Amino acid sequence: MNPTDVIDRDSLRDDVPDFAPGDTLKVHVRVVEGNRQRVQVFQGVVIRRQGSGLRETFTVRKMSFGVGVERTFPVHSPVLAKIEVVTRGDVRRAKLYYLRERTGKAAKIKEKRVAR
Amino acid sequence: MTQVWDGDNRAVAVTVVRVTPVRVVQLKTPDRDGYSALQVTYGMRKASRLTKPEAGHYAAAGDGVDPGRALVELRVADTSEYSVGQELTVGVLSAGDKVDVTAVSKGKGFAGGMKRHNFAGQGASHGNHKHHRAPGSVGACATPARVFKGTRMAGQLGAARVTTLNLEVVQADAERNLLLLKGAVPGPRGGMVLIRDAVKGVK
Repeated sequence: MNPTDVIDRDSLRDDVPDFAPGDTLKVHVRVVEGNRQRVQVFQGVVIRRQGSGLRETFTVRKMSFGVGVERTFPVHSPVLAKIEVVTRGDVRRAKLYYLRERTGKAAKIKEKRVAR
Repeated sequence: MTQVWDGDNRAVAVTVVRVTPVRVVQLKTPDRDGYSALQVTYGMRKASRLTKPEAGHYAAAGDGVDPGRALVELRVADTSEYSVGQELTVGVLSAGDKVDVTAVSKGKGFAGGMKRHNFAGQGASHGNHKHHRAPGSVGACATPARVFKGTRMAGQLGAARVTTLNLEVVQADAERNLLLLKGAVPGPRGGMVLIRDAVKGVK
C-alpha cells in the first residue's frame, strides 16, 4: 500500500461498472452551461483503459456525422453521472487503435457470447 | 504525489505531506538575541542519546518539551503570541494559503551540461565525432586568456537545499496530520521537508 492511498480513498468511486476495451458504453457526462447543469450522453466503443487507481482513464470512440470522435475520461471523475454498459465486445487486444483506420462494417466489433 | 478533484471537478496534482507537530523550545527576542524567531523541534529522541549541551538546552525549556530530532529556527515578526512548550500542528494552515517548501533535492551525481544547465548539445550528424553531448565553447581566446568564474560546466547536480516558492495548500487535515500541496516539492519520497509561509507573491 502506498502512503497516498489514504488520500485517494476519499476520491474513488464505488459505482464504476466492470467494463473492458471493446465494450460499447453510454457515458452520462454532467455538462455545466452558465449556472445550469444537464447530463449529456456519449455513446461509443471503449478503445483503451490506461493507468491504475485514481489516475485510471478510459477512451471512448464514436462516429459523429462521418467524423471519428474520441473522448478520454478519468474512471473516477465526479463529472460522470453514470456509466452504462450497452454491449460486451469480443476483442483480442487491449488497445483497439486499429479501429481508427476502419469505417463502416470493418469497424464493427463482434459481441461476446456469454455461456449461460 | 497523487491527485484530488477540485470544486469544478478538475484533477489537481497534489503532494501529500505528513506534518508532525512541532514543539517550541526557545523564543528568540530582539532584546536578548537581536532578532525574533521560534526555535522548534519535531519527532522524538531518547534522552540517553543527547549530548550534555543539548540536554541542558532542553532542560532549560522546561518539563513539557521532550528532546526532538533537530532544532529548527522559524523567523516570526512577533514572538509574543507563542510560548515555550507550545505545540504547532498542521491546523495553523488552511486551504488556499501559500507556503514555501524547503528540502534537500534528489542527488543526480556528476552531471554534464545538457542535464545540469539544459545546454543544447551538438548535432548527431554533420560529421560530428564523439562530441554529441559536449558543452561547446567556454570562452574567447587570447583575451581574456582564461575561463570566467561561474561559467556553467559539468558538476554535481542535485542533493542541494532547494526551496519551492508559493505552493498552494489544497487541504490541511488536522485529524490525520496530513497536508495536501498543489504541485511538487523537492526531495525523495519520505524525505524531510520544511514548510513555511510564503515570503513572496501577492496575497
